[in-house]
Amino acid sequence: MFRLEARTSTPAWFNLALPLIAIGVTLVLCSGLIAVAGAGVIEAYGVMLSASLGDSYAITETLVRAAPMIFTGLAVAIAFRAKFWNIGAEGQLLAGAVASCFVGAIPMPGYLAMLLMALAGAAAGALVALLPATLRVKFKVDDVVSSLLLNSVIYYALMALIEGPWKDTFSGYPISPPIEDSANFPVLIEGTRLHLGVVVALIAAPLCWFLIARTTLGFRIRVTGENPEAARYGGINVQRVLLSTALLSGALAGLAGVGEVGGVHFQVMSDISPGYGYSGIVVAMLARLNPLGVVPAAIFLAAVMTGAEAMSRATGVPAFLSDVIQGTALLAMLVALLFTAYRIRRVGAQT
Amino acid sequence: MSAVFEQIFQVGFLAAIIRIATPLAFATLGEMFSERAGVLNLGIEGIMLLSAMAGFTAASLSGNLWLGVLVAVLVGALMGALHALFTVALGLSQHVCGIGVTLFSSGLAYFLYRLIFGQQSVPPSIDGFKPVPIPLLSDIPILGPAVFNQFTLVYLAIVAVPLAAFVLYRTPWGLSVRMVGENPRAADSAGVSVIATRFQAVILGGALMGLAGAFLTMAQFNAFTFGVVSGRGWVAIALVVFGRWDPWRSAGAALLFAFVDALQLRMQASGLGHIPYEAFLMLPFIFTIVAMAFMSRNAVAPSALLKPFRREER
Amino acid sequence: MSAPLIEMRGITKIFGAVKANEAVDLSVAPGEILGLLGENGAGKTTLMNVLFGAYAPDAGEILVEGRPVAIHNSADALAAGIGMVHQHFHLAPRLTVLENLLIGIPGKSGRIDRAGGLARLQEIGHQHGLSLDPNLPVSALSVGEQQRLEIIKALFRGAKLLILDEPTAVLAPSEVDGLFAALRSMAAQGLGIIFISHKLNEVRALTHRCVVLRHGKVAGRVDHPASTTSAEMAKLMCGHEIVPPTREASTPGAAVLTLDGISTSGHAGTPLRDVSLFVRAGEILGIAGVSGNGQRALADVISGMLPPKAGTMTIAGKTVTQFSPRELQALGLGRIPEDRMTTGLVTNLPLADSMVLPRIGTESFSRKGLLNPTAIRAFAEEQIKAYDIRCPGPMVRAGALSGGNLQKALLARELAFDPKVLIVSQPTRGLDIGAARFIHEKFLAMRAKGCGIIVIGEDLEELLMLSDRIAVMYEGRIAGTLPSADATVARLGLMMTGAVQTGEAA
Repeated sequence: MFRLEARTSTPAWFNLALPLIAIGVTLVLCSGLIAVAGAGVIEAYGVMLSASLGDSYAITETLVRAAPMIFTGLAVAIAFRAKFWNIGAEGQLLAGAVASCFVGAIPMPGYLAMLLMALAGAAAGALVALLPATLRVKFKVDDVVSSLLLNSVIYYALMALIEGPWKDTFSGYPISPPIEDSANFPVLIEGTRLHLGVVVALIAAPLCWFLIARTTLGFRIRVTGENPEAARYGGINVQRVLLSTALLSGALAGLAGVGEVGGVHFQVMSDISPGYGYSGIVVAMLARLNPLGVVPAAIFLAAVMTGAEAMSRATGVPAFLSDVIQGTALLAMLVALLFTAYRIRRVGAQT
Repeated sequence: MSAVFEQIFQVGFLAAIIRIATPLAFATLGEMFSERAGVLNLGIEGIMLLSAMAGFTAASLSGNLWLGVLVAVLVGALMGALHALFTVALGLSQHVCGIGVTLFSSGLAYFLYRLIFGQQSVPPSIDGFKPVPIPLLSDIPILGPAVFNQFTLVYLAIVAVPLAAFVLYRTPWGLSVRMVGENPRAADSAGVSVIATRFQAVILGGALMGLAGAFLTMAQFNAFTFGVVSGRGWVAIALVVFGRWDPWRSAGAALLFAFVDALQLRMQASGLGHIPYEAFLMLPFIFTIVAMAFMSRNAVAPSALLKPFRREER
Repeated sequence: MSAPLIEMRGITKIFGAVKANEAVDLSVAPGEILGLLGENGAGKTTLMNVLFGAYAPDAGEILVEGRPVAIHNSADALAAGIGMVHQHFHLAPRLTVLENLLIGIPGKSGRIDRAGGLARLQEIGHQHGLSLDPNLPVSALSVGEQQRLEIIKALFRGAKLLILDEPTAVLAPSEVDGLFAALRSMAAQGLGIIFISHKLNEVRALTHRCVVLRHGKVAGRVDHPASTTSAEMAKLMCGHEIVPPTREASTPGAAVLTLDGISTSGHAGTPLRDVSLFVRAGEILGIAGVSGNGQRALADVISGMLPPKAGTMTIAGKTVTQFSPRELQALGLGRIPEDRMTTGLVTNLPLADSMVLPRIGTESFSRKGLLNPTAIRAFAEEQIKAYDIRCPGPMVRAGALSGGNLQKALLARELAFDPKVLIVSQPTRGLDIGAARFIHEKFLAMRAKGCGIIVIGEDLEELLMLSDRIAVMYEGRIAGTLPSADATVARLGLMMTGAVQTGEAA
């Protein structure tokens, strides 16, 4: 029989190795599905790798896809640090996209437009996140359920917008009018889609790390998340910390939507996010809620998504494999995390 | 609005409420069993989706609807066991595991569906369940055709509610479930296996979620689409809170939600055409959030909900 | 006496690096009441948890009526006729008395066997004089009644041996007499009883024989506890004579903290009703009482966790009734919470974080919202040295420390900034003698420096030793206050039952 035994300390190399082990286990498990689909496992993963990271263009495409997940990953990581269970990054992203699309359609100088788009998108995301946090603080409503339900509300609101007032009367397609050309985020490398928003995302990660690790707000977030009662006893206004965390988290998720509108699609449509908000949860967990880890985790998931499409075209394995990989990676990471706190001990048979 | 009120007591409207409530009732009862044992199952959304897909596929390939239901229930139970493995046996975070189970199950559902049926412009459909009128009862005016001329699965849901109440409140196993959800240490010291009881409750819950999924693809829509569940699982979690973790109240909560949902469907259909129908789709979700705001302050969740149980801990 | 009912041979249980039990032998005969005596942390509870199947022993064997049995879980223990009343009751408050009794009992034709349960309950009532209303929810029972339910639960399952873990800690002295009478009658009917305690007078009054544990080993056996002096048994328990620190005479100054007519509501425990008290500079005020009589609410009000519904509180003359914990700390209030693991520390974060937590926003540890990691670390290191906190360093997970070291860390964090008032709850619960002694000395040193200290405790001996005055709480009120020179255990015990209201006003 085996038992879990508490560890007193965790070896340092563990922290880096765990996500890699989880990803490895995930890829091995999911290779079964590739085999079921009748494709060669090595070949399929090979196509995925070369299509996502094989050349410089592929790398830029992967980075473009990673950007929104860096933002949602940061949003989730910071929220989960405070044990504010923000599962609503998806809705906050959509709200950010809609708000920035509104602003971006107003003619004004380009950089001002971009700045205002970012501010509007962040504010919209923050407001959406504030709702479940307020409901939890004031009415004891479970934040998981309310933030999940809110995703549906925001999604249908967006749909109503693009099927109603925003509907393209010319083509009849349910898409919003495009933002001004001057508000399009500048492309950094000619011939690619690598836009300014990607750089902002890459800078946001160390900033968030600094906030969590080196500021008093970050300290309060950490303590509140680990033990709200001790936090309150120690003089921390726990409710205020939760609300601040929600604003911060929602703003980050809103920025994910801003980047998609300003840098990729230049308008809003129903499938502007293929679940980037939910992927943010996987990213944050793979990163062990460390903002610095969010970047490689998001790039990994982005590579899986970009690669899965190419793999699907080349081998006929459905691209939905990337969704299975995400779910499996999250579960594998959770199990892996268990070994930072516990180790398996063999318990001899009783005599 | 008077037109709306006239429609309320129409047979079609009542029947719609019952039909919308059925999968919610199964899912809500399933989540309730799980939570009563102390395990939040956020995997519900994905479990319903995967069961819906699996049941549909089995029914479509075999031509036997009941085989489809059986497969859906087994898949639901299996995914419940997976969630229990992570949260009960390993004691991992119930929140994050639930999300993981949902992401995994939905991904698997999409993947397998695409693999089996390929990409088609019109989703394949099946000849789903037909209403089975109950003799005599179905002749009652208004109520008869609305309630007693329904799918067999609807009757099953109607029976499931008192059955769930009986199991929970009157059987030794139900007592064990309530005890491990309130004070697992008490159950343990009385010789009840906390781990086994929680496993059983979460698996039973998963099976009921599977039944909910089966209803969606084999009675309600007769086809599988990626949006076939579209938040019904999350709603069920809210309904458990709304129903205060009690089978009767949970079923009542499901009926109330179904009423609001049927109402918005009617509003979509009735003359308010200049408003996009998506605006109405929001209503049941907003209703649920508002209802939770009113109910949660006094709601008393099982004391040990979210708390893993480990024996040898110091 | 006849063959032993239960025999434990050479039991050893190791937790990580700690030997909680080492080669312990022990036996109980039918009709015998065995005392299991030892300091906190001596391994009494661990030993009984091994017997009850909660922990698997690393070595040794258990014999029931002469036959070796393997006890892997509580089901095995129950089947072997062993019942246990835990220190923290194992009851579900929202379920009824009957449901709590019937848990784990097979039903009749698939249903809960209510009728059978009621009959059995009545039978136990007749046999042992223990009765309860089966349909009440457990939350409606008093603590004493809940304990009775736990005993009934064990008898219900046919226990031949009953283990009681510190059963008197939650009882008023008069309730203790009732419990002892019930236990004696059960023993007279042939039950074996193991009575765990660290209170010498109780062991001497009740038990037939007694085993003393120290550091997980058997330190001695006493065959006639009634005729053995407390001093001899105490020496066995501690390994040396106990010399309590002496409290120098002193003249207290002006009142530093006053409560006037404080009432509370909406608290999990007993609310306060019109509580008035004060503590002066250089004075220790002890708060005695059976646990659950409003002590928790009192500590919460003073530390700012629970805003009172009525009344006023002042610190050094300033009204602070609705102040937050942070504002109270800024005024010079230090606090040691009852539950160090859940309220005091953040077990998953580095020890240093817990040590600076209350003052993180001050100049000492941060500037303009940015942390000063060097200062935080230096402070923690300094305190670790000053208080001799045994740990690998300031960055170790706080939860990895032992109870005594955690309490020292909390003490260091609160005393480092010279509080004017200190409120402490159960300061030495679960600590070994050495750590407790260290903490007592610190309190007395603070008293000498002019700090006003309120000590909430259950151990009357400890309160008598530390306090200048002792107030007794009963049902959320102050039943009376005595100068400790006039207080005796007997007199305080009487006040704790609400029998008399004595002493100076307020």
